[in-house]
Amino acid sequence: MSNDSEVNDSEVDTDNAEAIGDRAGESARAPYRPSARRIERERYRKARTRRSVLIATASTLVTAVVLYLLVTGSPGWPRTRETFFNAHYAREALPEVLKGLWLNIRLLVVCGALVLVLGLVLAVARTLRGPVFFPVRALATAYVDFFRGLPLIICLLGVIFGVPALRLTGVTSDPVVLGGAALVLTYSAYVAEVFRAGIETVHPSQRAAARSLGLTNAQAMRYVVLPQAVRRVVPPLLNDLVSLQKDTGLVSIGGVVDAVYAAQIITGKSFNYTPYVVAGLVFVALTIPMTRLTDWVTARMNSRQGAI
Amino acid sequence: MTEPVLRLEAVRKSFGGTLVLRDVDLEVAPHTVTALIGASGSGKSTLLRCVNLLEEIDDGAVFLDGDEITDPRTDADLVRRRIGVVFQAYNLFPHMTVLENVTLAPRRVHRAGKERARERALELLARLGLQDKADAYPDRLSGGQQQRVAIVRALAVEPRLLLLDEITAALDPELVGEVLAVVRDLKDQGMTMVIATHEMGFAREVADQVCFLDGGAVLERGTPEEVFGEPRRARTQAFLARVLEAGRPVGRPTV
Ligand SMILES: Nc1ncnc2c1ncn2[C@@H]1O[C@H](COP(=O)(O)OP(=O)(O)OP(=O)(O)O)[C@@H](O)[C@H]1O
Ligand SMILES: [Mg+2]
Repeated sequence: MSNDSEVNDSEVDTDNAEAIGDRAGESARAPYRPSARRIERERYRKARTRRSVLIATASTLVTAVVLYLLVTGSPGWPRTRETFFNAHYAREALPEVLKGLWLNIRLLVVCGALVLVLGLVLAVARTLRGPVFFPVRALATAYVDFFRGLPLIICLLGVIFGVPALRLTGVTSDPVVLGGAALVLTYSAYVAEVFRAGIETVHPSQRAAARSLGLTNAQAMRYVVLPQAVRRVVPPLLNDLVSLQKDTGLVSIGGVVDAVYAAQIITGKSFNYTPYVVAGLVFVALTIPMTRLTDWVTARMNSRQGAI
Repeated sequence: MTEPVLRLEAVRKSFGGTLVLRDVDLEVAPHTVTALIGASGSGKSTLLRCVNLLEEIDDGAVFLDGDEITDPRTDADLVRRRIGVVFQAYNLFPHMTVLENVTLAPRRVHRAGKERARERALELLARLGLQDKADAYPDRLSGGQQQRVAIVRALAVEPRLLLLDEITAALDPELVGEVLAVVRDLKDQGMTMVIATHEMGFAREVADQVCFLDGGAVLERGTPEEVFGEPRRARTQAFLARVLEAGRPVGRPTV
């Protein structure tokens, strides 16, 4: 097996070497044969890799065993297992938690989309030049300063309980909608700052080049600055989205049942904490694919073009 | 006498407290090449940026085809459409392919159709030997190729005037030859150009007019023979002597 890969390896490299030879106009030379030195080096590298893998595996196993013995050997373990890892309650909680999770997911998708759009608008508004735009710029700055500083929980309480208290006609008092609105208010302020940081990292010479081609300020922003800025901030944006996903649970302060609240209800009846563990694991399971997705998107962007 | 494409009248520009351009006068006739030479920091780039309205001048005036473009009432975007610029650092857009870089302005500014812009871009790229790089991203190109793409991008909008800022500064001698050959071709096709350069041999060969800038002032202006052959000012003589010493011959270029 290791032999196979060796053969493949050198084949690929031979192609490369030929391509380079072509460019230099030396294609007439004899085909490339790896030297004894190269073969020896590759053998050494392979042996070293094999050793590293072995060491990593052994050390992981040892660590796992030590942790297992430590936890299960602790005096409180039987009780802890009973209250936190109880199969019976886990089975009872899972359907309820999943039902609640559906609300978290819907909130995440809708709020996430709104947050990205509003954040981008705010960030661009803050970069507008010229006296006409002064009020827009000032408003956007004030908005970001305020909602970035305001604790999310206070924002939620204020919107969920404050807005219905106004008794405005035509305005909903649905805690899900209001809670979602509060999340959008706070998170769009965070995301606006992320976008603005991205816009600022695009070198001014890029804008100058665009302007010198005759593009207007808006066109330079739209075609040259923003595409580069957005690419650069994908990882921090995802971070904020994961954080948003977890905070969707906070809308339950308005009385709606999400995954965490569903777990809490069962725990309240049984005094067993397993449902919380279930809810926690479900959130983790939801985050992992999102992280892999960004990794994939970032990698794809990087393969299309080098460092920007 | 024909109207000059570009005319500068007592242009003055300072950054903070330092005066970078002192009352610069300059005339560029149609289909001619003007070379700006001078030490680092003498104001060559600043002069080009002022012409392209990337910098606002303090006093004086710049005329393009007889129209004053430094009048605050003129539309800077319209002026820039008539002037092509190639920057010293290329400034290609890294998130776009070569073709997208070249067609951006024709499509968005000049509203050319997608196919039309593409055809024209490919034609220009082919002329500069870049036809097989149309779909590559800029970071996969050599310095000389990037510089040529920047030239194509500036040419794609069919500018009245082309400003080239030390376009060979970052290139090795072989690539310098490659890029300078392109400029020579453009001259033969009648393009009006202003070139800031440290390549004295090239300036001598290709320019119709040479301007020696020193501390932001035009110290000497004339044909290459006059400026390089019999410089009148002591400063010019000293500068040319220094350049010679540094191994940049004032004779014909080797390419
Ligand atoms: N944006 C700016 N702010 C402040 N000073 C500036 C700015 N741009 C240029 N300068 C100054 O103006 C002077 C002229 O600069 P300029 O770039 O025009 O020189 P140059 O002749 O192009 O030099 P080089 O040959 O090195 O490119 C320099 O002293 C520089 O420090
Ligand atoms: Mg310069």
